[in-house]
Amino acid sequence: MAEITEHALPAAPDVARGRRIPWPWLLVALAALLPVVVPNAYFTAVANLVLINCVLAISLSIVLGTTGQLSLGHAAFFALGAYASANLSGTWQWPVLLSVPAATLTVGLAGWLVARLFLRLSGYYLAVATLGVGVLLGIVLRNEQRLSGGPDGMPVATLDLFGQTVSERGWYGIFLTLLVLVVLGARNLLRSPAGRALRSLHDAETAAMTSGVDTAGYKIKVFVISCALAGTMGALYAHYAAFITPSATSLVRSVEYVMMVVIGGIGSVAGAIVGAIIVTLLPQALSGMEHYETLLIGSILLGSILLLPNGLVPELTRRWHSFRSRRP
Amino acid sequence: MNVPGYRSAPAAVASGPAIRLEKLCKQFFGLPVLQDISFDLARGQVHSIIGPNGAGKTTLLNILSALYVPTTGRVLVEGQDIAGIAPHRLAARGLGRTFQNLKIAFNLSVVENVMLGHHLQLDGGVLAGILGLPRLRRRDGRASALAAELLDFVGVPHGRGLMPGALSFGALKRLEIARALMAQPRVLLLDEPAAGLNPQETLEIKVLLNKLARQAITVVLVEHDMKLVMSVSHNIVVINYGMKIAEGSPEHVSRHPEVVAAYLGAHAPAGAAA
Repeated sequence: MAEITEHALPAAPDVARGRRIPWPWLLVALAALLPVVVPNAYFTAVANLVLINCVLAISLSIVLGTTGQLSLGHAAFFALGAYASANLSGTWQWPVLLSVPAATLTVGLAGWLVARLFLRLSGYYLAVATLGVGVLLGIVLRNEQRLSGGPDGMPVATLDLFGQTVSERGWYGIFLTLLVLVVLGARNLLRSPAGRALRSLHDAETAAMTSGVDTAGYKIKVFVISCALAGTMGALYAHYAAFITPSATSLVRSVEYVMMVVIGGIGSVAGAIVGAIIVTLLPQALSGMEHYETLLIGSILLGSILLLPNGLVPELTRRWHSFRSRRP
Repeated sequence: MNVPGYRSAPAAVASGPAIRLEKLCKQFFGLPVLQDISFDLARGQVHSIIGPNGAGKTTLLNILSALYVPTTGRVLVEGQDIAGIAPHRLAARGLGRTFQNLKIAFNLSVVENVMLGHHLQLDGGVLAGILGLPRLRRRDGRASALAAELLDFVGVPHGRGLMPGALSFGALKRLEIARALMAQPRVLLLDEPAAGLNPQETLEIKVLLNKLARQAITVVLVEHDMKLVMSVSHNIVVINYGMKIAEGSPEHVSRHPEVVAAYLGAHAPAGAAA
């Protein structure tokens, strides 16, 4: 058997990509330069929105792409994080640097409760259950004036660092750093043994179980992490925007997050980013067309789902590979 | 030749049977599927559980791997009652299995599917995965080398760089065996490993089973291919209509009148039926 162990293993196909140009880091560097190159407050604000949505889409994509669980309540977890941090920093005067982690924990706990209650359900049932959670939270927020300021929303303390309020560009730096960290974490996770176990759940849950994978525990953990991440972004968004309204819990928001994931490619980190960029920018780009805006967005979405059912990034990657392999 | 991943010494030396069933009964909605089944499976041997379709063999295997809970009775794996144990905890007790209907993750590569079997030895948890700890990566690298060795061992060396969709049914069956061996089980449950295979592939399974037996792995084989069962088994348990009707060596079982009548058919010579 000795000669077999000494064989050089052929690299798995997905690892054998070109290593010459560190494209992802190049993109990060370009993104970091954006506010310098385009010193326009409006663009930076839009870019911040894109970055926030990128993280949310990734958090959703990891759950949907591994365990196949669809959450239609991600906007609710986002909003819960926002309101938790807003209340902790406002009513209870906690420093923002403390209220954001606390909000993350709160949302993680809420996610855990939802997971314990509903993760036995799968497919549409889980989707409807999480949808219900979102609707419930929306109702609570509209009516609990003391906690939420009611339907009109509430002002939120801004984040002060080094004696001054963090600027639009400062937030851009924070969100970009966070996105890079989340991308690295997500990629690490998907490549780790835990990620492998998670990715096996869709086809071979029983086999994973008999291999020693605590499948139920993994599902809960990933769901909780995903929720906590949405909560973090919600909390940060609240302090960034300095104002929060219950509209953040809306079903439309949750569906938008799902659209980002589906358009980009379920389970693909790069896909989630591309999807988030498209879904966030489309309304901005089409804002001049007033009445036709929604129609156009809907058509583009339908078209991409019909023509690229696997999502943009996996489909383009596949075509690129087959194009490359056809060349001599 | 050793099974990759195993030390050359016998895997376990403790006394007592690998598996003991005590008065096991299983009902589905009041319908008895297994009735009062008791037997001991000695360590390090190949045991076959045979019986006509619907006799309750797969149900029995699912109870052994804790996927089903018996209605009454006990299952002892290496002397320990497995009642109330979650299925994923049995792997840590040295129990591995394959499935009659393939359970393969088609979105993972062949090597990754095999590595899935090594989960217990690798598991750094979700957080360790997110952090991408170097310790975890090193272990994962060793696991992928072992997975490649096991693919060679089970006879799917060409599968290494492929996705499972590119493999034949027979190769996927052996991939499942490699996945189960990844965890170095002391007891291996094989649910119809030769079903759907051609004679050549069945012969390869037989060679494989003999190698496992030499490694002193206790094999519990559920199989319809009588030629295979008769040639590899040390011990055979025959089930019909959920009841044990015979138990013993292949010679003993194949001459047992009840077995010949109920299972092989009164007119068929023993050992000839498939």
